Amino acid sequence: MKDSFKREKLGKTLTTILFTIISIAYVFPVAMVVLNSFKLNTFVKTETFKFPTAESYASFDNFIKGMTFGGYPFANSVFYSIVITILGTFLILLFTSMAAWYISRVDSLFCRIVYYGCVFSMVVPFQMVMFTLSKTADTLKLNTPWTIPVIYLGFGAGLAVFMFVGFVKSIPLDIEEAAAIDGCSPIKTFFSVVLPMLKPTLVSVAILEIMWIWNDYLLPYLVLDRTEYRTIPIHIQYLKGSYGTVDLGATMALILLSIIPVIIFYLTCQKHIIKGVAAGAVKG
Amino acid sequence: MRIKHDSTAVNSDMIRRPIQRWAPFFIFPMVAAFIIGFIWPFLHGLFLSFCKFQTTSKWEWVGINNYVKALNDESFVYSFGFTAAFAIVSLVLINVFAFAVAYALTQKIKGSNIFRTVFFMPNLIGGIVLGYIWSMIFDGFLGYYQTSILTNTTWGFWGLIILTCWQQIGYMMIIYIAGLQAVPEDMLEAAKIDGANGWQTLFKVTIPNVMPSITICTFLSLTNGFKLFDQNLALTGGLPYSINPDGTSVHTTEMLALNIYNTFYGENTASRGVAQAKAVLFFILVATLAIAQLTATRKKEVQQ
Repeated sequence: MKDSFKREKLGKTLTTILFTIISIAYVFPVAMVVLNSFKLNTFVKTETFKFPTAESYASFDNFIKGMTFGGYPFANSVFYSIVITILGTFLILLFTSMAAWYISRVDSLFCRIVYYGCVFSMVVPFQMVMFTLSKTADTLKLNTPWTIPVIYLGFGAGLAVFMFVGFVKSIPLDIEEAAAIDGCSPIKTFFSVVLPMLKPTLVSVAILEIMWIWNDYLLPYLVLDRTEYRTIPIHIQYLKGSYGTVDLGATMALILLSIIPVIIFYLTCQKHIIKGVAAGAVKG
Repeated sequence: MRIKHDSTAVNSDMIRRPIQRWAPFFIFPMVAAFIIGFIWPFLHGLFLSFCKFQTTSKWEWVGINNYVKALNDESFVYSFGFTAAFAIVSLVLINVFAFAVAYALTQKIKGSNIFRTVFFMPNLIGGIVLGYIWSMIFDGFLGYYQTSILTNTTWGFWGLIILTCWQQIGYMMIIYIAGLQAVPEDMLEAAKIDGANGWQTLFKVTIPNVMPSITICTFLSLTNGFKLFDQNLALTGGLPYSINPDGTSVHTTEMLALNIYNTFYGENTASRGVAQAKAVLFFILVATLAIAQLTATRKKEVQQ
């Protein structure tokens, strides 16, 4: 008995050591980005895995150069990415939660059609609609960072409605009945009674939508007017696409700058992110 | 999945009627956006797959011509095979590793929170940036041999596999951890008392209990594999390519989504009808996989 206990303890220690090694390997690619963002362009390709030497060290030049790299100010990309992500997530949270409440409480034929339409949209790949969607967006002038969130609401509604309906159904009706007896209008009932109860699902949906919209490349690439508006993924793809004179050092500096906010977001909201992912998967 | 008939909700005049009066406020905005962002483009795309067109305003009905052309397009058929191979290999590797990691991390080892944090991290980084990071690393290694990942199909394939595993193992791990934590403690205890060894407990008790998580994860990794686009575009862009005797070319690491994209937005704008037909076929493929998976899940739920 004592022996097996000892063996178990040894096994756990070995697992910890093994996982420490794997974790280091896991962080390796990101560490390489950091290293290479401080190297001169010609050394990124030839000495990818070496620390910067006196000869290859570029100090912060890459970061300064990267700001206007590719003929487009990087700060604009960051700004547009933030605008689209915040507006898109806000629109999705507000309108799909309202719609989900309506769908589960009214439960008419129309509601069912909308609900099954949403479920259906979850299995449709983007390539199916990309050409016609970008034309529709053009016609309706939904091709700026301020209006593209409407497209995100439309194309991303499926999962959000699905998750909200699942949660609303578990809320007992008594509370809303009590609110109605007390003379609350549906609007007041929704915003001061139902919405606060939806908070855990709101957070989960918000996390999933933020992760999607912030990193989305093809939708904004096709919909936005690219000479004027570029999000971070579009900007970075443009750098890679410009053949011949790619400054790898400056590109790595930009990649580093675009990863830092994401890592900070992750480390501060980690608990919610992991919960959100688990919740989204169970429902999906 | 079905909306359950909540008889109290349907009959409650107090709740249902007043809300229904506010339909324009509650549901119309979402429905309007849904029509603009999904329903209309979907139906329009379905219609255009039977037409010859370069812009959406000028079209000419050609029946199933586009579908015949799509299925006879060698690059499309090749990309289907490449994608299917990729999806299956990545499905197996991701799920085996994700389950193993999740299993180890739920055994109360030291530092499991830190490991979980590290393994999930790549999911926060977008596909384009991931592709760019890994192309630097692969080319850094291959640079020692004066070559690049863009020159060899096999390297491209395994490069995509490594990238995808690196990204998705952490995601699936989270789902498996949630499943493993829900396995009843007393069941594991009972197995121990009955003298089951570690492997027996794993296969006879733990795995049957996390079946729902396994279905979800295999489903997600399979559809993710088939739909992969950003990583493919950023890491290899479909390169290298081979040229056929008849002058057409096949990009040998091009997956389905990228093939459809290139047919749409390539130099030959006359092939947009074919591209839309390919997109419909792609949709049917992905939807069929999803529905097959859902029915399989339901069957298991009935058994439980």
